[in-house]
Amino acid sequence: MTPKEQHQKTLVEINNLAAGYNNEIVLKNINLSIFQDDFIGLIGPNGGGKTTLLKVILGLIAPKQGSIRINAQPPQLGRRNIGYVPQIAEYDTDFPISVQDIVRMGRLSPKRLFKPYTAEDDAIVKERLGWLDMLDYKDRALRELSGGQRQRVYIARALVTEPELLLLDEPTISVDFEARTQIFDLLYEINQRGVAILLVSHDLTAISSYVKTIGCLNRKLFYEGKKEITAEMLEASYSCPIDLIAHGLPHRVVAEHTESHHE
Amino acid sequence: MSELLSYTFMQNALLAGVLVSVACGLIGTLVVLKRMVFISGGVAHAAYGGVGLAFYLGVNPVLGAVVFSLMASFLMGYIQRKTRQRQDTLIGVMWAMGMAIGIIFADLTPGYKADLMSYLFGSILAVTQTDLLLMLGVDIFVIAVVVLFYKELQAASFDETFARVRNLPVDLLYLLLVAMIGFAVVILMRVVGLIMIIALLTVPAAISTLFLKDMKHILGLATVLSLGFTTGGLLLSYFFNLTSGATIILVAGIAYLIAMLAAHYCRRCPG
Repeated sequence: MTPKEQHQKTLVEINNLAAGYNNEIVLKNINLSIFQDDFIGLIGPNGGGKTTLLKVILGLIAPKQGSIRINAQPPQLGRRNIGYVPQIAEYDTDFPISVQDIVRMGRLSPKRLFKPYTAEDDAIVKERLGWLDMLDYKDRALRELSGGQRQRVYIARALVTEPELLLLDEPTISVDFEARTQIFDLLYEINQRGVAILLVSHDLTAISSYVKTIGCLNRKLFYEGKKEITAEMLEASYSCPIDLIAHGLPHRVVAEHTESHHE
Repeated sequence: MSELLSYTFMQNALLAGVLVSVACGLIGTLVVLKRMVFISGGVAHAAYGGVGLAFYLGVNPVLGAVVFSLMASFLMGYIQRKTRQRQDTLIGVMWAMGMAIGIIFADLTPGYKADLMSYLFGSILAVTQTDLLLMLGVDIFVIAVVVLFYKELQAASFDETFARVRNLPVDLLYLLLVAMIGFAVVILMRVVGLIMIIALLTVPAAISTLFLKDMKHILGLATVLSLGFTTGGLLLSYFFNLTSGATIILVAGIAYLIAMLAAHYCRRCPG
């Protein structure tokens, strides 16, 4: 047992997990422990199972094999302590809703059925919007916001759930460089305040130096709880045929895996 | 005008307009935001199967419409939720099959069938006391659902995945919405007819979402707009001796086109 495992609470415990859709296995042999002060960045090509891994952790799809526990509970129970920040591309940007109403959703839970939002809810919504420099936008409509602003709104929504773990799916997609820096500064602070973070991205440059540990995910997970990616890890996850199908390009080297191809 | 209001059929028609507008504004908003417009069109047409069957069996066609409409909305709602592929094709086929069943049962029924037309094209001037009570009942149900679950409906309409992660009763809310679509079809059938329900249900909400950013305001404006369309269409049809259902739909449709142009222009001009 490493010293870390002795002193820290394990938030997520994944053992020998396989998952996928219908008859297709997307992830296999996944073993991962997430601890209280972790800040993990996972990179991997599109189609490599990043979103699937997040969905398994959130209890949105059941594992086909192996086990997953959040705070020693099944994900459907444990997920109440997870703040989820989905990819902004998934959203209906034309949906008529204000920033404040989006962020307040993070306060909802089965216990809150039939009860209106309270002053306490409004206070925490304001505070978290303030952390993200978005308080001035609280009455704006979603459709009036830029990509970076929307991303910050969704982070605020995840934070008002007062999570122990923040899950982010491609948090810097369609976000300019300045906003990206700002988002990472903020994630760093959040992590310092005692919230564990797991973020996934297909973009190496999206993983900032603030990340404490890094891994690669392409159907299999290459993660040893270290700060560096080894050449073997990258080769194993990026040079395999799945990458070729995803990008339609022959073998890429790491340095070329930058934002250029999707901006 | 006062003479017009002294007719019982006109009083009933105007009251029906008020009652369906409440259901229409509230359900229509949820349908538009949840992108279930196609399903509501499918449910409306499939309900005709129930009308035809009831006619054949000699029972009240409204009863047949209730049964078929709810069956169709649950089935189509299930298809939209559970199948990944070909859902629009499946719903389209059920849409037409419902109609076909209605027509075949009408064929099999001997005698005069002109009455069936009123279910297809509406007959707001022939609304009965029973119809009004049914409309009131649906309104109470819909208002109760929207008031009790407003926060959760908004969350689930906007981002169902997040709502599910928060352990909100997403499936129950969906079931309630689907049931509301089924009931809306039955009461709107009397006003504009099964064929044209899709427009009256969705146009008021679609116009409102063009200009407003708060769901509460959209629910309110959509209700007011439906009331305007049904009342305006009804009066126009009376004075010009036109079919009431079609006139209501044309008023709504023209308003939608004008609103789209206005919204387009508003977005282009500065500020």
